[in-house]
Amino acid sequence: MKPLTYLRPTDVPSAVEAIATAPNAKFLGGGTNLVDLMRGDIEQPDTVVDVTRLPLADVTELSNGALHVGALVRNSHLAAHPLIRGRYPMLTQAILAGASGQLRNMATVGGNLLQRTRCHYFYDTTTACNKRTPGTGCAALTGFTRNHAILGTSTQCIATSPSDMCVALTALDATVEVESTRGSRRIAMGDFHVEPGDTPHVETTLAPDELITAVELPPLALARNSRYRKVRDRASYAFALVSVAAALRVEGDRVAEARLALGGVGTRPWRATKAEEALRDAAATDESFMAAADAELASARTQPDNAFKVDLTRRTIAATLRTLSQGAQK
Amino acid sequence: MTQAPPQPPPTRTRTRVLGEPLNRVDGHVKTTGAARFSAEYHYPDIAHAAIVHATISRGRITAIDASAALDVPGVHAVITHENAPRMQPPPKPSILNLATLASPTSVNYLNTDEVHWNGQPIAVAVAETLDAAREAASRVRVTYDAQPATADFEREQPNAIPQKNSPIMPASGSKGDAVAALAAAEVSVDLRFTTPMQNHNALEPHATTAAWDGDTLTVHDSTQAIDWTRQHLAHKFGIKAGDIRVVSTFVGGAFGGKGSVWPGTILAVLAARVTGRPVRLMLTREGVYRTVGGRTPSAQRVALGADRDGQLTALIHSGVTQVSRVGGGPEQVVSQSRHLYDAENILVEQSQVPLDALPNTSMRAPGEAIGSYAIEAAMDELAYRLDLDPIELRMRNEPDRDPLTGKLFARRGLRDAYALGAKQFRWQDRTPAPGSMRDGRWLVGMGVATAYHPSWQFGANLTVRIDADGTVLVRCAFHEMGMGGATAYAQVAAHALGVPFDAVRVEYGDTDLPIGPAAGGSAQTASVTSSILEAAAKLKRDLRKLAQRAGVSPTEPPTTILTRAGRDHLTATVGSDTRLGQITGQVRFMTKFLRDRRRYMKAACGAHFCEVKVDQDTGEIRVTRWLGVFDIGTVVNAKTAASQLRGGIVMGIGAALGEETLVDRDTGRIVNANLSEYHVPVHADIPRIDIECLGDPDPTMPLGVLGAGEVGIVGVAAAVANAVHHATGRRVYDLPITLDKVL
Repeated sequence: MKPLTYLRPTDVPSAVEAIATAPNAKFLGGGTNLVDLMRGDIEQPDTVVDVTRLPLADVTELSNGALHVGALVRNSHLAAHPLIRGRYPMLTQAILAGASGQLRNMATVGGNLLQRTRCHYFYDTTTACNKRTPGTGCAALTGFTRNHAILGTSTQCIATSPSDMCVALTALDATVEVESTRGSRRIAMGDFHVEPGDTPHVETTLAPDELITAVELPPLALARNSRYRKVRDRASYAFALVSVAAALRVEGDRVAEARLALGGVGTRPWRATKAEEALRDAAATDESFMAAADAELASARTQPDNAFKVDLTRRTIAATLRTLSQGAQK
Repeated sequence: MTQAPPQPPPTRTRTRVLGEPLNRVDGHVKTTGAARFSAEYHYPDIAHAAIVHATISRGRITAIDASAALDVPGVHAVITHENAPRMQPPPKPSILNLATLASPTSVNYLNTDEVHWNGQPIAVAVAETLDAAREAASRVRVTYDAQPATADFEREQPNAIPQKNSPIMPASGSKGDAVAALAAAEVSVDLRFTTPMQNHNALEPHATTAAWDGDTLTVHDSTQAIDWTRQHLAHKFGIKAGDIRVVSTFVGGAFGGKGSVWPGTILAVLAARVTGRPVRLMLTREGVYRTVGGRTPSAQRVALGADRDGQLTALIHSGVTQVSRVGGGPEQVVSQSRHLYDAENILVEQSQVPLDALPNTSMRAPGEAIGSYAIEAAMDELAYRLDLDPIELRMRNEPDRDPLTGKLFARRGLRDAYALGAKQFRWQDRTPAPGSMRDGRWLVGMGVATAYHPSWQFGANLTVRIDADGTVLVRCAFHEMGMGGATAYAQVAAHALGVPFDAVRVEYGDTDLPIGPAAGGSAQTASVTSSILEAAAKLKRDLRKLAQRAGVSPTEPPTTILTRAGRDHLTATVGSDTRLGQITGQVRFMTKFLRDRRRYMKAACGAHFCEVKVDQDTGEIRVTRWLGVFDIGTVVNAKTAASQLRGGIVMGIGAALGEETLVDRDTGRIVNANLSEYHVPVHADIPRIDIECLGDPDPTMPLGVLGAGEVGIVGVAAAVANAVHHATGRRVYDLPITLDKVL
């Protein structure tokens, strides 16, 4: 890790001022991802602006029933928050399915939104990676691809978006609030992360000088019957092969309302809109759950090592919706 | 030593000490953090070192530019092949001098421009702080003349070379005509298995603190072989072994990965030599993958033929493993198949593929750990073909004598182990049809497999001293990597001398002590025990003589005899550390070893019982119950022995379900050199593991002790694979058993 300048502002205006004026600066939250990347020479900021002293660590309920989550709320706190556990169980489950207790105690909501891929080749500076060094190529395309994406890939990059939390936030239609010296704005979760296309080094629509200040969760009665199911290579402390964030309301024997997002398979947190469409008013049966999954996966592009993810995703979607439909009928 | 001084004997003497589940004597210092490991010795002026690794598999360094590295504030030196002092090339491994076995490669690091594997150390940066050293290492610019490398194990298998037999480890063997018998068999299976490369991931990465004082050297090193390390360093740096002290009191796990002198140790000593400063070098986790060998991948064939009653008529087991062009040894993947089953016709053989790769090394039960997966999964498959219970098939083929050689088994408790295990595990609840047992959405499966590991014994020099206050001091340069040796050997000494456990203190892990054995082959306990018994017998004789001379009854306690004789203490010595003494000892030991092996087959064995649950939708596999029943001869400490066996099972579950080193087929570079993507088990993967030991002594071993360090892992992967097959109907032939293979 090269020597760098460390700043620790205590209010938001100073923080956004610092990032705007210091050259090649990065915000530092819990450090659970950025510090690793700095140690590996993948990120090489000259200045880090530690934002953990900013007053952004509260969860508050707004008058319209939405929840306003400060960007510096630690992952553990958010997962354990009674309002999150009660109203958005998929979010609690998603956070608890990620990392380890120690990491969740450090990791922040804002930082988690910017978590970078775990592609082996992104992490190994001796190999070609368009995301790390644009234009150098992609070693993954001829390498080990078990962990790689099957949705939203490009000829430039097949790296998977690693976050569990973001999959749930995507399903919940959360909004990201950001601030810079130019003012503040709100970004819908669905517009926050972008597919790699020809610019895999660009992962979000956040400008380099913008600070994430909060995430807003809209009121959503449907989310009370929601679930996050993560499938991985060991029981804990592993990134998803496939994960499913789902919420379901069944009326009679038909799907009245559904939300579905996928992790472990997309180059970004993947809102399964085609599957949601297919579920609308469909019979609440394994057959239609599978059909909805197929609709989403029709565009999947697989690699030799990750072809199994198509079937695994279908099965996991169906199993998750089945569980929710049984719960909903009770 | 950080152990507490010996306590005067309590008034009440413990009646029984051998076998008791006593707490570790070092438990307190380890759990409170007071125990010092090799990277925790503080010297004034200590400097820190970091390694630069080659990024090609084969070729030459054409230029190495350290200027940017030297610009990093606090950097003292960047040592490369261009400026490093000359060192002796490593000695060739020879059975005549066991210390040469500590040379894992023939590469003379930093004295050559040649690169032999992707990750080979090619420079070391030394700086005031660890951060500066690592930053400097990352700034060294290297250009290569890369040559085509042979790095793909799978692609090279057609070029495998048959392995030669050695007097210690036979590679091949046969009885009758197994090929013809297989062809003629009423029922047969002929199966191919693969196991991936696996890497060492001890909790403590390899660490060295080296300090020169003129031409004498002190090295704190995380090693399983302090004497070999001392001799290797003496050879490399051209000084006398007597001028080197190697200290290794606490080692945070080793498993074979610390049995050789890997580059980190040599480079720390070199860096200290060059800079004139004490130097600390702890490998990064990635550094362990790049510079310390792991377990070879394997491709195996097991073919079994039987008559309709399940009597084996043919057993064929062949294996291909990898070695490096610059080191590494053959892995004995077929070895247990020589001893397990009473087949009329047997053929076992091995071959190996030389690659441009980091040499492989021992990793807990080298050979047996992965060879047992193939033979024991094949036995399970044969049982299904025969419609026989897998335990029953094994019992019908349980031999009375070693199947290949006809030698007697010193003891073999497999029948008892299976009988006890089946009862305790409720094997009778198992319905044999695959997929026939369920628990909600989970498919339930139960599997068994046999564990088998040969028992070894090496020479151990030591002294045992008894003081007039009744305390006893055992001094022996053995190794404590977490097995509980210091505790167990205090129990042995207390037992042999009839003194309380608390009165015994044990010193170890320091070359200033009498030379002990390298800790490997599950042999340390038998080796040290043998010498303690010899020393105790001497002490008792000397005490009797002393009593006679002093006119005291020889039945008086030692304290009385020593006091009345006017002596502070009495010491018994076993073996001699002089050069002549060492050679004599080695010859004596080898003679006895070979004579013994002609007469008896000695081994620890056991039966694994595993229950898995497999998610019907996602194929996720969870191990839900485990019982291991073992015959390890006499149990010295029930707690540490169970812990050893349990640890082996945990490691075996890792090999069964997760561990796999990904090696790039073209560049030979390890792709997942980290604990995030190399999946060892986490707590949530491991159920309660029950351990039973039969406990009967082996009549041919000291105190009846067989080794317990490795047998626990043997057969584990097969037990899991067999349980997964029972749960799902899917037989997985390629480790690890990941969920996509059972979908």
